[in-house]
Amino acid sequence: MENVSGKSMEALNLDRSVGDFSFAEDYAYDAGVGLNPDVVRYISKVKGEDEWVLDFRLNALKVFNSMELPTHWASKRLEDLDFSKIRYYLAKGAKKKRSWDEVPEDVKRTFEKLGVPEQERAFLAGVEAQFDSESAYSNMKEYLEKDGVIFVDSTEGLKRYPEIFRKYFGRVIPTGDNKFSALNSAVFSGGSFIYVPKGVHVKQPLQAYFRINAESFGQFERTLIIADEGAELMYMEGCTAPRFETGTLHSAVVELVALKGAKIQYVTVQNWSDNVFNLVTKRGVAEEGAQIRWVDCNIGSGITMKYPAVILKGAGAKGEVISIALANNNQHQDTGAKMMHLADGTTSNILSKSVSIGSGRASYRGLVYMPDTAKNCKNNTECDALLINSNSRTDTYPAIVCSGDNNSVQHEASVSKLSEEQIFYMRQRGLSENEAVSLSVNGFVNDLVKEFPMEYSVELKRLIELQMEGAVG
Amino acid sequence: MRGLEIRDLVVSVGESKVVDGLSISVPAGEVHAIMGPNGTGKTSLSKAVAGHPDYKIVSGDVLLNGESIVGLAPDEIARKGFFLAFQYPVSIPGVSIANFIRACVNARRLGEDPVNPVEFYKRLYEKMDALKMPRSFTARSVNDGFSGGEKKRCDILQMLMLEPSFAILDETDSGLDIDALRIVSEGVNAARGENIGMLLITHYHRLLEYIKPDAVHVMSGGRIVRSGGAELALELEEKGYDWLKEK
Repeated sequence: MENVSGKSMEALNLDRSVGDFSFAEDYAYDAGVGLNPDVVRYISKVKGEDEWVLDFRLNALKVFNSMELPTHWASKRLEDLDFSKIRYYLAKGAKKKRSWDEVPEDVKRTFEKLGVPEQERAFLAGVEAQFDSESAYSNMKEYLEKDGVIFVDSTEGLKRYPEIFRKYFGRVIPTGDNKFSALNSAVFSGGSFIYVPKGVHVKQPLQAYFRINAESFGQFERTLIIADEGAELMYMEGCTAPRFETGTLHSAVVELVALKGAKIQYVTVQNWSDNVFNLVTKRGVAEEGAQIRWVDCNIGSGITMKYPAVILKGAGAKGEVISIALANNNQHQDTGAKMMHLADGTTSNILSKSVSIGSGRASYRGLVYMPDTAKNCKNNTECDALLINSNSRTDTYPAIVCSGDNNSVQHEASVSKLSEEQIFYMRQRGLSENEAVSLSVNGFVNDLVKEFPMEYSVELKRLIELQMEGAVG
Repeated sequence: MRGLEIRDLVVSVGESKVVDGLSISVPAGEVHAIMGPNGTGKTSLSKAVAGHPDYKIVSGDVLLNGESIVGLAPDEIARKGFFLAFQYPVSIPGVSIANFIRACVNARRLGEDPVNPVEFYKRLYEKMDALKMPRSFTARSVNDGFSGGEKKRCDILQMLMLEPSFAILDETDSGLDIDALRIVSEGVNAARGENIGMLLITHYHRLLEYIKPDAVHVMSGGRIVRSGGAELALELEEKGYDWLKEK
């Protein structure tokens, strides 16, 4: 898929320390601590939802309560999550603003520190900025509205476009897919709803910015993107949270639908603070000749479990996952990809690079599925891991099912240790040990960083440098 | 003294002594050569001077422009003006030659603004032209997938860009065909001058036909066993090294 980003623009400021601030907020709507049917009813009422949405939520809560934690996936640390101590809904109660000047001063301060409005002026086609549970700001360039492009938050999407929303909502990722998709289905709020009509190519990226500002809070955004036949779009999301004493939970559900011949590119730079549990379900369905591409970078969070998936449902569909993970001290990045080849001639490509620093752990978990009902399918998977310190850890868990005629799967994996001779060579040229290690790591991920829009790739390099500070010596 | 002065240097790697009481003095403006059979400690000497953590300086001193550099970190030694052209230059996948050299140039400009990119590229292209390196090389990863000759040229390019006050060239001639040897030698000769001292480490006389040394030293058993003028290299070429060991 073509890179549809703008040219030389101000970079998005994703520095971890820049996100590391919070302001005391007084919330008009607060669902309190803990989860029960009343909390779900409260959320639905505050949002003024239709009956069917409330029923959907209450059913999801039952499913959530009946499911076990997926501890067999990643780590025992999931057991540290205490669902009874989380706050599930917080909102200021103000109506979302379309002009930056109207945004309340305190919320504006937060997003200005993160560089959201400058960025929009610079190169974005549209932006949604979510503050805790609700969108605080939303704007889209006029020409897109004329073309019939819809880009609103999910609450507004449900209200204004129920006929499109309902048709696809929960169809790609059913409520009971896993415990966290069920949780999201019960308490979701915010996230983006995007519809691009037939044949419309959105040239500039659409962006959402997610920000957790309250302690012990769970953010459960719900994103649904539909590209109608022949439509194209790129969506980018950036996430931050300040560091709090107690952990916060981010559990999003993202569903993509690429109809015949459509192209969706979804770019994520995740830089949550290191006590956020980031448990996200992302999946797209690609119809005939459609393409879905996940470009995913995980730098922050304490534990991330995220395996973007593409269901290659129509003949000739293409799926791709480009993934970079950095796991620093006490972080576990459990990421990967899933490719389900359900139709003939479908192809997929998975490129994953991870860097483990200090006691950090990076895991690759992948699934490539080619049943005997599909033929002439191809997959290529490459995953490379780099270990910086002797206590760093990496694991790879690829699952491959390949039957059927003329289907082929190729899997390459490598693990390397930071080369001391390479570092010495660079230091002999005058680079400090930190500069040398940082350059070496940037070099390792460089071919994948190039896949990000330029505005992000510049910042990614800088973020990696910051992560490498004090990693050695 | 400006230049490199090594006094009674003893270096060990693990349990074994690899340099054993070596002394040599190379003033700025001169080019000296160290020759000697394999395994005699020539490369160990260069790594120890450069501050490699595995090469422990047990006793003796190394003075760069009159200042001891023993115990300093490799990058500190480099920033004081010391350059080592490696016998086996290391590859850095994903880091382009231009970005790498620019980072190294900027690392020397502590407290100053980074080098102006336009001026930087102008200089880089001049030096690359001199070394007959295609300009497309700037985008290639440092030494990654390079032939032996390309690696050596890339190292000399770095030397020309970083303008050290002293350089050790460790077996720079190895792996070079005759054309590459001539080009690299021209690059080294162009860098010669009042402000730089050089020490060539080589096994063969061949390199010294292109780069005329002011003095030749023979190393054996971890120390200098004989010093002389350029003619000493010819004598070694004829007689080999064995006659020195017997003394």
